[in-house]
Amino acid sequence: METASFLIRKLAEDRVALLGALLISLLVLTAIFAPFLATHPADIAEFHPVERLQGPATAHFFGTDRMGSDIYSRILFGARITITIAVIAIGVSVLIGVPIGLIAGYYHGWFSDMLMRTSDIFLAVPQIVLAIAIAQTLGPSIENVILALSATYWPFWTRLVYAETRSLQNEVFIEASIALGAPPWRVMLLHILPNIMSSIIVRTTIGMGGTILTAAALGFLGLGAPAPSPEWGRMISESREFLPEAWWYATAPGLAIFMVVMGFNLLGDGLRDILDPRIRRSRAHDSK
Amino acid sequence: MTANSRSDDLLRVRDLSVSFATDGGVARVLDHVNMTIGRGRIVGLVGESGCGKTTLARAILGVLPSNSARVDSGTIDFDGTDLLQKSPEWLARNVRGRQISFIPQDPFSSFNPVFPIGSQIMELMKWKSPELSEEDVLRPRWRPGSYSRARRNADYERVLILLRKVQLPEPEAILRKYPHEVSGGQRQRLMIAMALLPEPKLVIADEATTALDVTIQAQILMLLRELATDLGVSVLFTTHDLGTAYEICDRITVMYAGQEMESATSNEFFNHPTHPYTNSLLRSLPSREHGIQGIRGEIPSLIDPPTGCRFNPRCDNSVAVCRQDRPDPTDMGDGHIVRCFNPVSAEQRAKAS
Amino acid sequence: MKLLVLVLNRFFWFFPTVLGLMLVTFTISHVIPADPVAFVAGDNATNEQIEALRAQLGLDQPVHVQLYRYVLSVVQGDFGVSLYTLRPISHDLASRVPATLELTFVAVLLSAAIGIPLGVISAVNRNSLLDHLLRVFTVSGLAIAAFWLAILLQLLFAMELGWTPLQGRVDGWGPDEVTRFYLIDSLLMGDLDIFLSAASHMMLPAITLAYPAMATIVRFTRAGVLEAINSNYVMYEEAMGFPRRVIVWKFVLRNALIGTVTQIGLIFGILIANAVVVEAVFDWPGLGLYAVQSILQSDYNAIMGFTVVAGVIFIVVNLIVDIAHGFIDPRESR
Repeated sequence: METASFLIRKLAEDRVALLGALLISLLVLTAIFAPFLATHPADIAEFHPVERLQGPATAHFFGTDRMGSDIYSRILFGARITITIAVIAIGVSVLIGVPIGLIAGYYHGWFSDMLMRTSDIFLAVPQIVLAIAIAQTLGPSIENVILALSATYWPFWTRLVYAETRSLQNEVFIEASIALGAPPWRVMLLHILPNIMSSIIVRTTIGMGGTILTAAALGFLGLGAPAPSPEWGRMISESREFLPEAWWYATAPGLAIFMVVMGFNLLGDGLRDILDPRIRRSRAHDSK
Repeated sequence: MTANSRSDDLLRVRDLSVSFATDGGVARVLDHVNMTIGRGRIVGLVGESGCGKTTLARAILGVLPSNSARVDSGTIDFDGTDLLQKSPEWLARNVRGRQISFIPQDPFSSFNPVFPIGSQIMELMKWKSPELSEEDVLRPRWRPGSYSRARRNADYERVLILLRKVQLPEPEAILRKYPHEVSGGQRQRLMIAMALLPEPKLVIADEATTALDVTIQAQILMLLRELATDLGVSVLFTTHDLGTAYEICDRITVMYAGQEMESATSNEFFNHPTHPYTNSLLRSLPSREHGIQGIRGEIPSLIDPPTGCRFNPRCDNSVAVCRQDRPDPTDMGDGHIVRCFNPVSAEQRAKAS
Repeated sequence: MKLLVLVLNRFFWFFPTVLGLMLVTFTISHVIPADPVAFVAGDNATNEQIEALRAQLGLDQPVHVQLYRYVLSVVQGDFGVSLYTLRPISHDLASRVPATLELTFVAVLLSAAIGIPLGVISAVNRNSLLDHLLRVFTVSGLAIAAFWLAILLQLLFAMELGWTPLQGRVDGWGPDEVTRFYLIDSLLMGDLDIFLSAASHMMLPAITLAYPAMATIVRFTRAGVLEAINSNYVMYEEAMGFPRRVIVWKFVLRNALIGTVTQIGLIFGILIANAVVVEAVFDWPGLGLYAVQSILQSDYNAIMGFTVVAGVIFIVVNLIVDIAHGFIDPRESR
């Protein structure tokens, strides 16, 4: 709790990180209150061909799409998809990646090596390439996008946790608790994990941004939620045949992706500055 | 220049105050400091870490961190020139690495890790050739500009001679190596060679032996002392170790919390310590009679230092005036200078062993 | 000696990594689908056709036999036949590799040429207005969706202003194929028109690809320079009177660049990932566009072939980067 209040206090001082947190809050609030904020809430599934491809106006803030649906409302509902995909995919990645990293880092031997080699293989290919292969095999749907992302992103946490665990093992307090006969699970959960939590939090925050970008790219390629889902990447992809006349069509969803990813990146940068002791040390004054 | 330049003193620091902006406030790291280095003399600047000796060394070199440090008052008179009145560019070109050179504390991290040792030394030679411009120095080796091959070879020979002087075996081989490939003692010998290369008047050695093994420390100290005496170079040697200072220095200045407390020739210093702080320091050396005695209390905050003498809260001799006024340096005779209202008496005095 | 060990070690791990990659693609293509044959054959196939195909593809064999055959054929460069072009997938892929490589090389050069100086300037003027502006610029580069940036650039420069071609790699026929890099081949032919055409087609996709990569380079260079500036050796170089300019651009930069070079692998990952969508937008006839077309046509073997080839390219690049790092960092090599 002490660390949480320390974090919040520090974050409040960092205007850039605060902006990030603000953007993320905006996304969350948008997702929750989409039905109330939307001017045309029915438009995620309802079409008005008469009103198709109209520019931004008071009736439609961000214009309408090829089906005559209100882009503003669709973007609000799209936030729900984005959050769902990012939170579940990253959550699963953390739940897979962290334990594997802990075990591979704590124990030494062929099993650890094998775990790390496996994660290296997944890291040896750009995430989107594997995700395309998986999502294509499984067919386009939100669930499959989540699955594809989880299957490709977990090694990031394994790598991180592995490296941090190995370096912590040389610390006296870890050696001491092992020497005192603490069982391995106890050392891992009560001594190692709390000490690497801050790195995991930073990695997770920045990972959210990357995952949202990849998910949007999958949507853009037609591997995400099928039409008429208001998925942002898909909306941009749909807009292409109506360029340059319907310039607003791609603009709004692209900006939405940009702001959300920016939010996570800024917050992640801010958290790293606060939590990374190496940076803190170099900031301290040398007044010898 | 003026009559001053003919004086016996090479360096005179007077009334120097430097403060640092820190997160907690402004810290007065040097508070009206005075110090003198005679020509050809080795002066030890002794004090605990945080006492300001590194800051003083950096102030003389003119490399205080420009964003956080500020000089509040004082003069640094070097060979008749007040260095504080000169521009950073002038100092870099004419003083640093030429008239005043530097031996760093940590020979392990003070070499640039990605250049061979020889190339680092040759860069120094190049930059210190008065006729070469900044552009010439920036040029890569395969476009030598006005730095001719003949000139380079001559410089290279000079470097070899100097490396033999600091007793480095196979200097040609060492010049081809990278810093991480030679031992700590060799690196510090190289640092000494580089410091002497421009034939300086003053060498500032900042804790130059602290990072080394004890056995190598002694060799390096001897070498430094020999070369300095041979070449008539003055040395400012900062250290936290009184024993080291005693081995090599002609004169010792003790600093505490940003002020110099006492300054005397080595013999005088060890036989007649006069400031209560110095006295406690000497008593805190392990000895057969009384074991190890610490100094009570803690080093004061430099952001909110005690009024009067900065040592007064920890001082056994402290009297009322110590808590109000800052004592001025007083010459007790023969250049033995003490900043104290109530110096130690003969009975209190620690005996040097 | 140390360098030799490093090179051998990297080569030693190359083969298991590629094998592992094949294991992953095999799992995706043969194990995950409930009925891979129906999947490959498509929706309109009859039962007889499916059974025939099953036998033909060897999918009636046990899994380990299938895996063995799969690895054997992939190692020989056989990814099967495209269901759409009906040509061997390896031919399709091979004809498209040069376009993607040319694009990514130009993007890497562009991002390094701009990103390294910007990173140094940003670090030297730390916390200045310029530094803050550059920070906004780089943070944006990492947050922007490449396909969206591609569309915006296309909208502005190609459609509205008409300064650059909309899409494609060159107008009319390409140059005689020697290296199959159009920029080089056109110069070899001495045909300036083709060169200019190829260069103008290259402009927007290369900028789109380079922007996020450049943002990464700026960040790493800035961090590397800052770390070096605060180091003891810079303190020493300053104490010996070297001017700031010499210290930064001669002594510090080399240190910072070693750190940046190790990131080229990561940067290449970003490039390949973005190349898929960027090629789709600009109709750039490379691997990415092939993958996108295969997705649209559910050309399943082709996607697996693309995955393996993209993965191998990425692994090879990382192998080269690791070895290059060993050569330029004296602490690694000696």
